[in-house]
Amino acid sequence: MQRIINDPDYVVEDYLKGFIKAHKDIVSATDNPRVLKYVEAPVPGKVGIVTGGGSGHKPAFTGYIGKNLIDSVAVGEVFSSPTAKAFYDAIKAADSGKGVAVLYGNYAGDNMNVAMAMEDAEDDGILVKKVVANDDVPSAPKDSREKRRGVAGEIMMWKAAGAKASMGGSLDEVISVAQKTIDNTRSVGIGLAPCTIPAVGKPNFLIEAGKMEFGIGHHGEPGISVEDLSTAREMAEKAVDCILPDLPFMPNDEVVVLVSGLGATPVMELYIFYNEVERLLTEKGIRIHRQYVGNYFTSLEMMGVTITLTKVDAELKECIDMDAYSVGLKQ
Amino acid sequence: MKNSFPTSKGLKVVQDLTVVIKENREYLSEIDGAIGDGDHGINMDKGFSLVAKRLAGQDMDFSDALRTLGTTLLEDIGGSMGPLYGMFFKQMSRVAKKVEVVDISVVYEMCNSAMEGVMRLSDVKIGDKTMIDTLYPAVQALSEAVKAEKSFNEGIDAMIDSAYAGWQSTKEMVAKIGRASRLGERSRGVLDAGATSCYLILKSMGESMKELAQ
Repeated sequence: MQRIINDPDYVVEDYLKGFIKAHKDIVSATDNPRVLKYVEAPVPGKVGIVTGGGSGHKPAFTGYIGKNLIDSVAVGEVFSSPTAKAFYDAIKAADSGKGVAVLYGNYAGDNMNVAMAMEDAEDDGILVKKVVANDDVPSAPKDSREKRRGVAGEIMMWKAAGAKASMGGSLDEVISVAQKTIDNTRSVGIGLAPCTIPAVGKPNFLIEAGKMEFGIGHHGEPGISVEDLSTAREMAEKAVDCILPDLPFMPNDEVVVLVSGLGATPVMELYIFYNEVERLLTEKGIRIHRQYVGNYFTSLEMMGVTITLTKVDAELKECIDMDAYSVGLKQ
Repeated sequence: MKNSFPTSKGLKVVQDLTVVIKENREYLSEIDGAIGDGDHGINMDKGFSLVAKRLAGQDMDFSDALRTLGTTLLEDIGGSMGPLYGMFFKQMSRVAKKVEVVDISVVYEMCNSAMEGVMRLSDVKIGDKTMIDTLYPAVQALSEAVKAEKSFNEGIDAMIDSAYAGWQSTKEMVAKIGRASRLGERSRGVLDAGATSCYLILKSMGESMKELAQ
């Protein structure tokens, strides 16, 4: 394992220390070492935005703490849900009295821990609601969308909801924008090489040289098929063909495109992939309102790419276009 | 031979458990690696090691030791196993708090209450390839031992045997819940990691309680 770490069991503790020191203009520590917050949170008069999840997805989740984005994050072990206590403390850290929106992915541990945290927060009189992202198309059939995982589409949800909260939206308005964003968002991932949880020391799944796993999850969950490695053009075609019919995205729809690397793929290749995606969407008459290309939601040092499309209307465009300042997203 | 032990001696049961989890750290991670992400042993050991430190030099009864274990898993571990085992041990602690002596019917109450707690937290069913597939037959065996008025040792042995059979039965199941469920048919043929740790926990607790009841 070629890694820059100290004790493999304490990578999360160690990274958090460095992260706080490196970004003290944006994030600050809290009494709970597994909760980070925006320096200005709780922002008076604003609905609090909370998320959380396992570590290893940099810049998600802590990298989206910031202005017009997320107020506090519960931090878990690598690829493992934060505790209910961490979610509860994150809710407290974000609460200015106007309510808190918990916006997270659809994983068994997160679902249980968020549910317990929300009960405790409600007992304290905090108004709290949630939206669960489920944008990963290959993770379940369309008729059981509620089982799908949340992946990079969570960023679109945080961006829109964070903006709505900063515009003065009520908790119900923020929740409604978050739900609308995720309902109009679809993603798919392609894995080219596996990743290793430092404490485990070896990859927990394999992708043979010359092969790719189409539909892979953010923790290496198997996809729909293992195929021969193809060109960027063919990968983009396959990815677009997978997600377009699912919503469906139609000619003249306006979309935001997010192409993210999974950690170890050179950023240069993400642009090669994006070029193909842009061409395909243009050919189909789908209009790109805005695009993001880079390492936005990774899986340690997995090789591969994810593509996320969000169909936007005037409200979502206004939210996604709003300025933001965080480690992972500045615009 | 006695058929019970006082709750004041129960700390040892929890301390022995922390040792067993440490010993099985690699084994649990290996089993988890087949269809999960391979960190079950690591996360369990991280929690149980914290508990070992918190129990060291303390003079706690059974209920308080179980409560310390449950609270630590719940507040410091996370994942799915943090809340599930947190609930499991806190439920056991609640039962132990109401008694002064642990006999086989108390063991049954503890395990049954732990199972109810887990099933309240998650909509898991028997046969979903989870810890419940170990726990449910163990609870059934204890219930029958109570009805048949078996001795403490016989009851515990029946519990461990049934837990073992339940654990092994997960090998041929297809995961229906949690991360492994994403694999569908590909999850068949390997043991479930949560069912494995549940067996190790019940076996260790059973053996420690038998020693205390000698």
